[in-house]
Amino acid sequence: MIKIPEPNKIFAITSRAPKYVFFLFVVVLSVGLIEALLLSPEDYKQSHSVRIMYVHVPAAWISLGIFSGITLLSLSGYIFKNKNFFLIAKSLAPSGLVFNIIALVTGSIWGKPTWGTWWAWDARITSMLILSLFYLMYLIAWRIYNDDEKVIRATTLITIFGIINVPVIKYSVNWWNTLHQPASINLLSESSIHSSMLVPLTIMTAAFALFSLLIFLMKYNTELIRLKTKGLDRL
Amino acid sequence: MYGRKVKLRFLFVIIIGLSLFLSAFLILKSLEESVVYFKSPTDIKLIKEIEYKKIRIGGMVKKNSIQMSTDQINFIITDLRNEINVTYSGIVPNLFSEGKGVVAEGYLKDRNFFEASKILAKHDENYMPPEVKAALEKN
Repeated sequence: MIKIPEPNKIFAITSRAPKYVFFLFVVVLSVGLIEALLLSPEDYKQSHSVRIMYVHVPAAWISLGIFSGITLLSLSGYIFKNKNFFLIAKSLAPSGLVFNIIALVTGSIWGKPTWGTWWAWDARITSMLILSLFYLMYLIAWRIYNDDEKVIRATTLITIFGIINVPVIKYSVNWWNTLHQPASINLLSESSIHSSMLVPLTIMTAAFALFSLLIFLMKYNTELIRLKTKGLDRL
Repeated sequence: MYGRKVKLRFLFVIIIGLSLFLSAFLILKSLEESVVYFKSPTDIKLIKEIEYKKIRIGGMVKKNSIQMSTDQINFIITDLRNEINVTYSGIVPNLFSEGKGVVAEGYLKDRNFFEASKILAKHDENYMPPEVKAALEKN
């Protein structure tokens, strides 16, 4: 069995971590923004609009990653009957939703000058909108139910239904004709994005991941404090 | 190592996941017609009846096919197998150019002729600085 340390021990670490994470986030974000906005070259076709991608793509990645993480945590929490997993999942969700919305908005801002439209009901964009609705449902479910058993059941169900959408988002651009372009970065073959543009993309992804970690730690600390004040020292 | 209940719950989750994925696959498969954002010129060649319905056609703008007049623009959309003539009056997006992807929304007049009411430029997955593009073209 996986041994979960006492909440007090977890709290000792997570309550001190945010200030270091915040410092690291500011450093990485500054480097990332300088790379993305000043040092990286413009694109041969879309010129400076390419810089929107350095926010859009990392935001989309992080929101997909967090939703997958939430699902995995909820299912593990259900299988191993461990409440801590659900609290971690709950604390991760808000930054996932924020990055999902950022991806949609920046995509729209990029779409207008590039495609000629703010919005298109193509498979990639629509499935991404559906993901944000699942995030909303998930977060609202945590507020609706006060009973632990009920809230766990509801949120786990939401993640199970929502996770089906994740591969659909990923492969929508390959399965169907979409207005959205297919992925430029493939793990197995050579990327169709120039290395000079890959640098800011990677740094910005790291910055956003650190931001998610920061928000997660703050949320998770709140959960731990709430547990303590309830007088429940065991998870 | 793990209790019987844990194993059963694990199996339960696997089965739920599998059945949901399969049903989602079937639903999407049957909805393919409405999930695709645009049809290719080859798809248009294959349709049996031409309805007066708003559709989208996508492909590449054929090289040297754009003809501009004062109030109209004509060009050919090709998927390298079949092609279709498009006429449009209005402003085209900045990225609309020959040899690049395009999506036209409008009405089909017949199998070879399409009247667009909206033109969208499709961007491909290639990102590179202008110098690299110039170097590539030289080779």
